[in-house]
Amino acid sequence: MNEYTYPIIAGITVGTALRVFMLRTDYRQYPTYLHGKIIHLSLGFIAAALGTIAIPSIMEKEFTAVTFLTLAASQFREVRNMERNTLTEMDSYELVPRGNTYIEGIAVAFESRNYLVIFTSFVVTLCYLAINGWAALGAAFVCFVISSLLMSGSKLSDIVTVELSELSFKGAGLYVDNIYIMNIGLPERQDEILKYGMGFILTPKSFSVRSTIANLGQRQAILHDVSVTLGVFRDSGTPALVPLIKRDLNDGRIGVFILPQEKDPVRAKEIISSVPVLENAIQMPSRKRNREG
Amino acid sequence: MKMEKAILAAITTQSEKVTGSTAVFHCETKEEMEAVAANLEAILDGIAHALSDRLYIIVKH
Repeated sequence: MNEYTYPIIAGITVGTALRVFMLRTDYRQYPTYLHGKIIHLSLGFIAAALGTIAIPSIMEKEFTAVTFLTLAASQFREVRNMERNTLTEMDSYELVPRGNTYIEGIAVAFESRNYLVIFTSFVVTLCYLAINGWAALGAAFVCFVISSLLMSGSKLSDIVTVELSELSFKGAGLYVDNIYIMNIGLPERQDEILKYGMGFILTPKSFSVRSTIANLGQRQAILHDVSVTLGVFRDSGTPALVPLIKRDLNDGRIGVFILPQEKDPVRAKEIISSVPVLENAIQMPSRKRNREG
Repeated sequence: MKMEKAILAAITTQSEKVTGSTAVFHCETKEEMEAVAANLEAILDGIAHALSDRLYIIVKH
C-alpha cells in the first residue's frame, strides 16, 4: 500500500464500471453471448488500468510509461477489426443483413468506448491525486454523463418525418405511395405482400438530409432494425419476399417496404424513427455552400 | 467481371416472342405459366418478374 493505491483502485473501478455501463445488449442483439461480453469487459479493464497508471507514472517522472498508451491505441484498433470480422461473418446468415456501413459504425463504437474508458480512468485518478476522493467521485459522474452523450448519436426522427403509406400494385409493379419498389410477377406473391407488407414514406426535413437517407448503408440499417424487432416474413429461397427501400428522385423521399411477422404500424413507425443515423452515411452538402459564402 | 443480375429462365404462352440462349418454358395457359414460374422461383432462388400477361422471366438478383 502506498499513496497511489486508492487512486489506482478508484480509476480502474470507475473505468471498468463505465465499460459495463456502455456494454448494453439491445435490439441489435450483439453481444448477447457470455464470451463476447467477457472479451469486452477484459479489454475495458485493461483500458482502465492503462488510463489510471498514466497519472502516477507522470508524477514519478516515468514519462516513458506514457508511451504504453500508444500501444493501447493499436490494441484497440484490433478490437475494431475483431468486431468488423465477427459481424461480417454473422451478417451472411441474416435474412435481412446489417450491411457494411452499419457494421463499420458498430466496430468504430466498440473501439471508441475503450478510449472513453481510458480518458475516464485518467481523469478520475488525476482528480483523486490532485484534489481528493470526492473530486474523483464528481469527475466520475461528469465522465459518465459525457460518455452517455457521446455514445448517443442522432436518430432518423431528427432528420426525416415518417408516415405510414399504402402498398399498391399497378400491373406487376409494387408501389409505396408513388415510389416504385419492384416488379412482382406472381399473383400469389402479390397477395402475400399485400397481406403481410407495410409501407412507409420518409420525407427529409432539409436538403442536406437527402444524401444521408439516400445512402445504401443507411437504408439497409433501417430494414435490418425493423426486421430484427418485428420479425420478417421470408425464408431462404424466397427472394421475392425481401424488404426494400427505393428513392423518389424528384424530391429525395424514400419509400420503405417491409414484411414484418408482427404487423403493427405504430410500433414499426417507432422503430424506423429510432434507427440511428450512421456516422458513415452523414453528408453535409450545405456546409460547402456556407464556407463559400 | 461479376454478373450482378442474370435471366435464369423465361416462361411464356407466346412462344414466338422468346428466343435466345436462356431456358424457355412454353406453357398452354396463364395458370400453367404461373405454376411453372412459382416452381422455378423456388428452385432457382430467383424472382419471377412479369414483362406482360404472357411472359415471365426468372431473374437472379
